[in-house]
Amino acid sequence: MKAICIKNLKHNFNEKTVLDNINFDVDAGEIFGLLGPSGAGKTTLIYILTGQLKATSGSSFILGTPSANMTGEHYKQIGIMMDNFGLYERMNCYDNLKFYQMIDKSKNKKKYDSQERVKSDKNIETILNDVGLLDAKKTLVMNLSKGMTNRLAFARAILRAPAILFLDEPTSGLDPTTVEAIHKMILAEKKRGTTIFLTTHNMYEAQQLCDNIALLNNGKIVEYGSPSDICRRYNHQKKIDIHLKNGEDVSLQHNRECGEQIKSYFLKDEVETIHSTEPNLETVFMELTGRKFEL
Amino acid sequence: MKNHIKAILWKQLKDTIKNKAILIQFIMFPLMTIIMENAMNMQDMPPHFFVNLFGIMYVGMASLTSIAAIIAEEKEKNTLRVLKMCNVRAFEYLIGNAIYIIVICMIGSLIMGLTGGYTGIDLLRFMLIMFVGHICSFLLGATIGLVSKNQMVATSITVPVMMVLSFLPMLSMFNETIKKFSKFLFSEQLYLLVNHLEQIKITWETGVIMIGNIILIIAAFLIIYKKDNI
Repeated sequence: MKAICIKNLKHNFNEKTVLDNINFDVDAGEIFGLLGPSGAGKTTLIYILTGQLKATSGSSFILGTPSANMTGEHYKQIGIMMDNFGLYERMNCYDNLKFYQMIDKSKNKKKYDSQERVKSDKNIETILNDVGLLDAKKTLVMNLSKGMTNRLAFARAILRAPAILFLDEPTSGLDPTTVEAIHKMILAEKKRGTTIFLTTHNMYEAQQLCDNIALLNNGKIVEYGSPSDICRRYNHQKKIDIHLKNGEDVSLQHNRECGEQIKSYFLKDEVETIHSTEPNLETVFMELTGRKFEL
Repeated sequence: MKNHIKAILWKQLKDTIKNKAILIQFIMFPLMTIIMENAMNMQDMPPHFFVNLFGIMYVGMASLTSIAAIIAEEKEKNTLRVLKMCNVRAFEYLIGNAIYIIVICMIGSLIMGLTGGYTGIDLLRFMLIMFVGHICSFLLGATIGLVSKNQMVATSITVPVMMVLSFLPMLSMFNETIKKFSKFLFSEQLYLLVNHLEQIKITWETGVIMIGNIILIIAAFLIIYKKDNI
């Protein structure tokens, strides 16, 4: 089943085309990464997919519903995390989540009896614990660090156990420890069956997390596929680099003959490290666009 | 719907208690009334002078600035958009805020009325006048909040509106020309009413101006509201 479907999507701001003929699908349960430098159109695409912005032309569907026609009931199926999106600065972490839980559960009156409320409170504590903010549950949002705010924004996005989670540069500007914590949370959500639509300009992050990615440059998709497939596709050099124990570096052409050579190095126990020379996503992006992947 | 309103109300109680800018709006005039009523005692001063004067200023400032600031801040920080995505309807949001703001302003008004020595039917009349004023002011503030993209824009619009509504009734006491213009404002009409509480008589002029003001404010609010700016 397709969780997200985009067909011939185009968007202009005044005369400028920011998204040009975008076409791709995202399967249910996969982590999809939209990669591109700042200003490539990543956030605009999230705005369109989540119904916050109407595309100039083309169509996009979220769980079969045109994103432009989404109502509150459809929004219950999606979680969005965008730069401090939806957090009240003068309220503490716990109250922020409690408020959204009150809003989400308010349709079902039965869930408001005292027993259910105890259950709800536990749920908030569990989520705060999962994102490592249980100790800071009484801290006001305005007093949180950037990393903690991002984790709280993530907690808010997953509070309603969404089917699709939109994450707009969730690890931008964070320290490696927080980045790792957020990666773990993203993978835990995937395990739960959530479809994750992630925008990032961190190639390493995309390679680590994503099942499929699309490279976006100046509003156009320049490449699409799994990170490893894309890297293999652009492996023009087809070389194998070997670093020997005596300090010597050997670069072999990746063909039938090099097998014997590698075998002999191994038999003589001379190999320190061995790598194939596939390009990384950054190199692929440079090859495709002629520009560096600047932030 | 009821629970969305309840949630908004709960959020405002938690949030605004730490928002000094809004908190000051709520307590400034009741506090000034208490101080002035007790500190100033001049001969020939009309009865309930400070209560009536500050009461109308309270009407022109508190509910107007607080709702405009709340909506503008929510728009600026994208929380309003998130609420919309959570199926919170615009009228639920506004009713939640209206209950919160009007109740607090009415408590402030009650303190002012009691400080001024109003009792019984006069206190009831005073509270009713204040209630009408706060509702008009709330709707006007909500309209400003809806058209403002952020808090800075909201402030730049609310300040002149607030000054016109609050200060013209006071200045009209000293200048006939100002009175000619200010009589078309609901705050001036409410000031005239509050000054004659004992023999309250609503003239056709007051009635027409008040109804005209209310229709204009509601129309402006509905037009902006329908543009889906919330």
